Amino acid sequence: MRTYNQLTDPDRSGLLQQIITQRGRVAERLAGVRRIVAVMSGKGGVGKSYVTAHLARALARGGRQVGVLDADLNGPTMPRLLGIDHSPLPTPESGIEPATGADGVKCISMDLLLGDGQPLAFKGPVAESFVWRGAMEASALREFLGDVAWGDLDVLLLDLPPGMQRYIELCDILAAPPAVLTVTIPTLESRDAVRRAMRAALERGSELLGIVENMVGGGRQFTGTAADDLAKEFAVPVLARIPWHPTPDTWAALGAQL
Amino acid sequence: MKFLCVECDRQMTFGDRQLPGDGTLAATFKCPSCGRVVALLTNPMETQLVSSLGVEIGGRTVPAQPLETVRKMVSTGRDDAFVEGSREPGTGSTMTWSTGALERLDRVPNFVRGMVKRIYADYAKERGIAEITPAVMDTARSELGLEGM
Repeated sequence: MRTYNQLTDPDRSGLLQQIITQRGRVAERLAGVRRIVAVMSGKGGVGKSYVTAHLARALARGGRQVGVLDADLNGPTMPRLLGIDHSPLPTPESGIEPATGADGVKCISMDLLLGDGQPLAFKGPVAESFVWRGAMEASALREFLGDVAWGDLDVLLLDLPPGMQRYIELCDILAAPPAVLTVTIPTLESRDAVRRAMRAALERGSELLGIVENMVGGGRQFTGTAADDLAKEFAVPVLARIPWHPTPDTWAALGAQL
Repeated sequence: MKFLCVECDRQMTFGDRQLPGDGTLAATFKCPSCGRVVALLTNPMETQLVSSLGVEIGGRTVPAQPLETVRKMVSTGRDDAFVEGSREPGTGSTMTWSTGALERLDRVPNFVRGMVKRIYADYAKERGIAEITPAVMDTARSELGLEGM
């Protein structure tokens, strides 16, 4: 009996071709984006979204065209951080128009699409939903990249949730792994978690731009040498140490390094 | 996904696809040599897995719509998440809809309505149909395999 690759007639479903077409759509959409930067950390609660939003605003104030894709599909916060309300998103044939936030930063977020206080839930069989839910979220991420009319951007920041899953999905969807900006807090617990994420990013081929150490100083709630340890280990710079009460200059200095 | 008629050693050709609405999917394949027809029947879990990839068994009948998977599959979307057209004035659709067609469209959830409307509008435009009626919608559903729309 012949096997799949021995059957030469075209496959009417063309599932593989459909996937390739999807990827092509993403690449075409992002052709006008000069740089894609994933803001990530292996650790939750270190302020990735906070850093992303303020970095985006600082870059925009510096005259750059900036977009933010809120890749935290289950805990989206970017619209609030960028001062975006829930006005309906226009849907011209060219793609979904992103929302525009403070300082002209373009943004797409699941928060803009979900009912108030509603979790991200999908239609489909409830039992064993873990089998398909990851694929569904990856599709949503792909559509955020490929179906939103980003236009020409100097930088598209991707605000990732904790952990590595979303980063890996991005690497599969994008034509090339995104550059990575790592956020940590000073503690050794954070260092250990972030180290794994940086290692994974390096192994996937991402450029490690550097480290932002957040929640530094103040009442010394968080102490440690996470940023310095990671910078030494991965031979990357500590781009900024963000105090508890940063000023616009703090963010401008960070933006100037990207 | 391919089907082989082992007896004839011929690749079977895709015939028909049905989504009966219970989460299952049926697709038929026919042997071009002996005419034997077999049906691929997927359970809801298998159907969901294919849907979650944003692909369609049997191939696409209409081009992928923006945020198609999100709009079709998210069950907690806000009613006013999307608005037709662009922020630029004068870019909305000019297609005419009969009262009956609009009533039917009103029964589609807001979250996905704009996308469904565009699919029907594109269908009518491509065929030179001036007004979309329930009959046109029925024909489009049948021709394009728009089960559930």
